[in-house]
Amino acid sequence: MSGSDQGRGSDVLEVQDRARFEQLVLPHLDAAFNLARWLLRNRADSEDVAQEAMLRACRFFRGFHGGDARAWLLQIVRNTCYTWLEKNRPVELMSEFDEELHQQPSVSPETLAIAGDNRERLTRALETLPPRFREVLVLREFEGCSYKEIASITAIPIGTVMSALARARQRLQRALTHSSPQEATREL
Amino acid sequence: MSCDSTRTVLHGYLDGELDATRAAEFERHLENCRECAVALGAEESLRSSLQRSGLYENAPVSLRKKVRADLDAATASSVALRIPAWRWLALAAALLIVASVSWYAWPRVQNSASSAPFTAAELIDAHVRSLQPGHLTDVVSSDQHTVKPWFNGKLAFVPPVKDFTDEGFALIGGRLDVLGGQNVAALVYARRKHVINVFVLPTKEPDTPIHPPGLRQGYQWRHWRYQGMEYCAISDVADSDLYELAQLLYQ
Repeated sequence: MSGSDQGRGSDVLEVQDRARFEQLVLPHLDAAFNLARWLLRNRADSEDVAQEAMLRACRFFRGFHGGDARAWLLQIVRNTCYTWLEKNRPVELMSEFDEELHQQPSVSPETLAIAGDNRERLTRALETLPPRFREVLVLREFEGCSYKEIASITAIPIGTVMSALARARQRLQRALTHSSPQEATREL
Repeated sequence: MSCDSTRTVLHGYLDGELDATRAAEFERHLENCRECAVALGAEESLRSSLQRSGLYENAPVSLRKKVRADLDAATASSVALRIPAWRWLALAAALLIVASVSWYAWPRVQNSASSAPFTAAELIDAHVRSLQPGHLTDVVSSDQHTVKPWFNGKLAFVPPVKDFTDEGFALIGGRLDVLGGQNVAALVYARRKHVINVFVLPTKEPDTPIHPPGLRQGYQWRHWRYQGMEYCAISDVADSDLYELAQLLYQ
């Protein structure tokens, strides 16, 4: 962090707040990093952004009055990631968030199982999804978040979490089965 | 139920987010709709691929360290913590020289009639040591019912643990420490932006009133005995604050 950041970060936590922060928020550092890594798609940027998000969490901690600390932190991480993306990779955020569920032939579980067993291919397929699809999948499948938590983290109405997940999973299936790894890379 | 809406409901079912009525309704539908049955199988397969993939990425150690450092810098009372390492070394060296030159000359914490079983130097050492990163508390809690049992089995006595948040002295945790060669309990309180250590150890001496304040190197302390326990509260707060806490503990 730069010197100015340290200046901004000074004296924001009282001693007892620090203890609470370590108890409630710090245990979710893995979750914070994992979400950043999947939103930004590389580890170095994710480390910087996750660090910035933790600093913001420190600053806002007085405003946290109990409840779901993980969801509270992930909301900050997500916002920090989007701010970073807007500044550094605005093109990525312009990908359309299509509301249509495409008609597509059913993929057999066996076909998917084979495609999904390839770790590289699964990673690329996830990374080709627009961030807004990627984040609901990461929160649901990696983080095990409930719909309520996903709604509060991503600021989408709880009633639309189910359809957002439906679209995201459909896109992931398509990316896994309809494109070879090479094509998936080119789409980036 | 049309199959289109089922395509969405299927995900609520997969995620266990449907209420009992809708889940039962969907299960009935599933018996007659081959397309949904296949789709559900595919989603389950995809889910297990994702969960078995090991794609979850834990925070690297380097990030953990940076966040710790940021926290130290952001913590209000940690003025001492922000002193660079070389200054700590200089301070330690200075303390060592002072200690070795005047070890026997240093007075006990109080006059001989009521002397504490440790010297002022040992007391200040223990306090300063506790302020170094990661040393303040072994058990972090503002709940006296968490802190008290934590000491069980770690010491040959049961220290009295009380929280005085309402009075402006928030209990933030406890730790084991060594003072004057004895194992002691340290209770840690926060007073505004300052840390107060209260060292507690058993004694066979009779009760004493709260002794007048001791002062050295900018630290103040108050010492007393009460019901078989020796207490010493030390901090950089004003003596009036220390005395207030001592009175709260002395009852």
